[in-house]
Amino acid sequence: MEEKYTEDHAVATGTYAAVWLVLLILLATTIAMAKLRLLAQFSILGSLAIASLKAGLVLAFFMHLKYEGTFLKVMLTVALLALTLLIGLTFVDVWLR
Amino acid sequence: MGMWFFLFTEILFFGGMFLLYSIFRYNYAQDFHAAAAEENIILGTINTVVLLTSSFTIALSIATMKRGEKISSIILQLATILMGVAFLVIKYFEWTAKINLGIYPDSPVLLALSQGEILFFGLYYVMTGLHGLHVLIGVVVISFMLYFTRRETINRKEYARLENTGLYWHFVDIVWIYLYPLFYLIT
Amino acid sequence: MTLRNEIPEVAGFYERTGRYRWLIAEWMMSTDHKRIGVMYLMALLSFFSVGVVLGFIIRLSLLSPGWLVGQQGYNEFFTLHGVIQIFLFIIPGIPVAFGNIFLPILIGTQDVAFPKINRLSWWLYVAGAALVLLSIFIKGRPPDTGWTFYAPYSVQTPANVSIAVMGVFVLGFSSILTGLNFVTTIHRMRAPGMGWFRMPAFPWTLYATGWVQMLATPVLAITLLFIFLGRFFGVGFFDPTKGGDPILYEHLFWMYSHPAVYIMVLPAMGIISEIVPVFSRRSLFGYTAICMSALGIAIVGYAVWGHHMFTSGMSDTARVVFSFVTFLVAVPSGVKIFNWVSTLYKGSIAVDAPLLFALSFIFLFSIGGLTGLIIGALATNLHLHGTYFIVGHFHYVMFGGAGFSIIAALHFWFPKITGRMYNEKFAKIGWLNLFVGFNILYFSMFVLGFQGMPRRYFDYPPQYHTGHVISTMGSWFLAIGLIIIFANLVRSIFKGEKAPANPWGGKTLEWTIPSPLPRENFQEIPIITRRPYSYEEEAK
Repeated sequence: MEEKYTEDHAVATGTYAAVWLVLLILLATTIAMAKLRLLAQFSILGSLAIASLKAGLVLAFFMHLKYEGTFLKVMLTVALLALTLLIGLTFVDVWLR
Repeated sequence: MGMWFFLFTEILFFGGMFLLYSIFRYNYAQDFHAAAAEENIILGTINTVVLLTSSFTIALSIATMKRGEKISSIILQLATILMGVAFLVIKYFEWTAKINLGIYPDSPVLLALSQGEILFFGLYYVMTGLHGLHVLIGVVVISFMLYFTRRETINRKEYARLENTGLYWHFVDIVWIYLYPLFYLIT
Repeated sequence: MTLRNEIPEVAGFYERTGRYRWLIAEWMMSTDHKRIGVMYLMALLSFFSVGVVLGFIIRLSLLSPGWLVGQQGYNEFFTLHGVIQIFLFIIPGIPVAFGNIFLPILIGTQDVAFPKINRLSWWLYVAGAALVLLSIFIKGRPPDTGWTFYAPYSVQTPANVSIAVMGVFVLGFSSILTGLNFVTTIHRMRAPGMGWFRMPAFPWTLYATGWVQMLATPVLAITLLFIFLGRFFGVGFFDPTKGGDPILYEHLFWMYSHPAVYIMVLPAMGIISEIVPVFSRRSLFGYTAICMSALGIAIVGYAVWGHHMFTSGMSDTARVVFSFVTFLVAVPSGVKIFNWVSTLYKGSIAVDAPLLFALSFIFLFSIGGLTGLIIGALATNLHLHGTYFIVGHFHYVMFGGAGFSIIAALHFWFPKITGRMYNEKFAKIGWLNLFVGFNILYFSMFVLGFQGMPRRYFDYPPQYHTGHVISTMGSWFLAIGLIIIFANLVRSIFKGEKAPANPWGGKTLEWTIPSPLPRENFQEIPIITRRPYSYEEEAK
């Protein structure tokens, strides 16, 4: 029993262009935030948050993740959770020494 | 599916480096800020734009291929390759600028800096170096795809290789999306 | 069990295809999972033998320190013993040998998802092994850091660490690709009708292992790269004088190396799950729990790596967390042990060699697991870390566990791979020697460790002498046992009785095709209509 291949979803050029523009806007935003020191000591969190938004857009649209099956989305989450766990548990050591 | 799995392994591979970055940054926050001021934010931003656009072009090259538009796809693949090369050229200039200042692993200039700064630049070279290597590999692979497209072994019906190449290239872009703020914007 | 061979004569997978002039080219260029698996198996067993000899020499040396190897040499011996047994034998181990040969067959398909990548994995394995072995023979000293390559020593020692580390890096890549291949194969290529819960237990464990291979090995890769960069470019992430932290090396190293032990043992458990039902003529008790516990072990095992570092200087909170999760991971393992024993209960037991080794696995792995709890507890770990107690523990789980499982599999699938039967009597004699020798060799280590004998020490005060002598004598029995077992198997390849398709009465798909395995797995792809191990459903 094979898993169903996802239907090949044709994404319109316009959608790609829109995503690209948003990515550039987000880039401008993150530079502005850094330069204007908008979030003070939380600036790294802000930068990472915007970076994650950008990454998410690339994943969802350019990499078609939005149109893929649940399994792939779940396993991507698992891989990211694994990395988070590794970094997190290491911090439990370093942070609380 | 196989390419996605490979990308998961790459997440963990680069992840190890991000782990070190996060620990060292936690320990040496001030030093990291000081060292990041050395970075050329203009070149870094240009590189970000370059990679983001190259993701756009390779995504389009696949879309056009699915519609059977061979010429458009070839042009877009070529554009992606050129942008990849541009990225590497800019990187080369960034690196040589630093090396000329005497800032490279184990250099006397570097070792005279504070510990956090030594770590920052160590991470800089390792992370952008490995990332650059992945960009180079990507450029080579896309060139192969270009060749296959010309020969029509990649065509409207069979384009999985191009799609997988695209996935890889987007991943390389995503890594840079994270590297950029961590090295250029934390002043 | 019926010997009537209703299966038509088909080309065995050993027969020449005529595509290449040289036999070696035909095999090395093959993408047939069975050939790749057999080549891996030969390589693995060869490296295992080398590793055993190294271990044998270590034990001999400890009879009277200095008489056989010097201090520096001793460090090199235990490093090589570890590197060879772990990276060249037991981690690739069951997946690349029995996984390659049998996974596609067990799920009813003709080959793996990416046969060419499978071949690449094999070539990378050969290349990586060559690099590691080169580190022994090229100019300079063999590595003397221990298989764990701890920084800062591994960055500073003049020994041939760089090339050894490169070799392990390449081996890691081979492992990643194998895991990727197997996971994709299981997702995409199961026979019609084989839902996830109609798949036998061994593929389930290969699935869980494949994910661990993919998600843990890259961390080792980057860590080894850091050692390499440290040695060549002075990048000092683990060097305190450059702001680095040696404990970070330990974190990164064990983030892989703990899940790695589950790469070693999960497939081994899968094999036990295959053998026990056949030799008790009962379906696997709690089949669903067995499958889920494989995933459970993989997942929880990802979060326990700190228990290798309790005395290294981590925060108290971290140590408590890691100790707690370590206790959790024992639960799914316990589930499996319980289910195997329950499968045996009231079964119709035939104690042939495969079952004998499988039962030994259950016994020895349990001892290993229980001692793991002792050292998983923080308070006791402080005393036992770095002692022979640890050495005893991991040999019980790795050798008594995965090692015995491999020997069990060798006997179980011997007829399938070679088309012959081995000699049952010698198998049992070999087993007895091995089992007795094993326990003398390694149980005495628990005692030695408890008494305070440190590990990796070339020399020791006189009070440990007796323990060491007893342990070394155990190694002699063990060696005799191994020799008998392997001599039996090798001899039987040439002189054994011809084997039927299904000598054991197994219910999984490999027993429905000829012995030895045919070139094309299935003349017709089977359609699966029931759960595996369906012994009870037969009207006898």
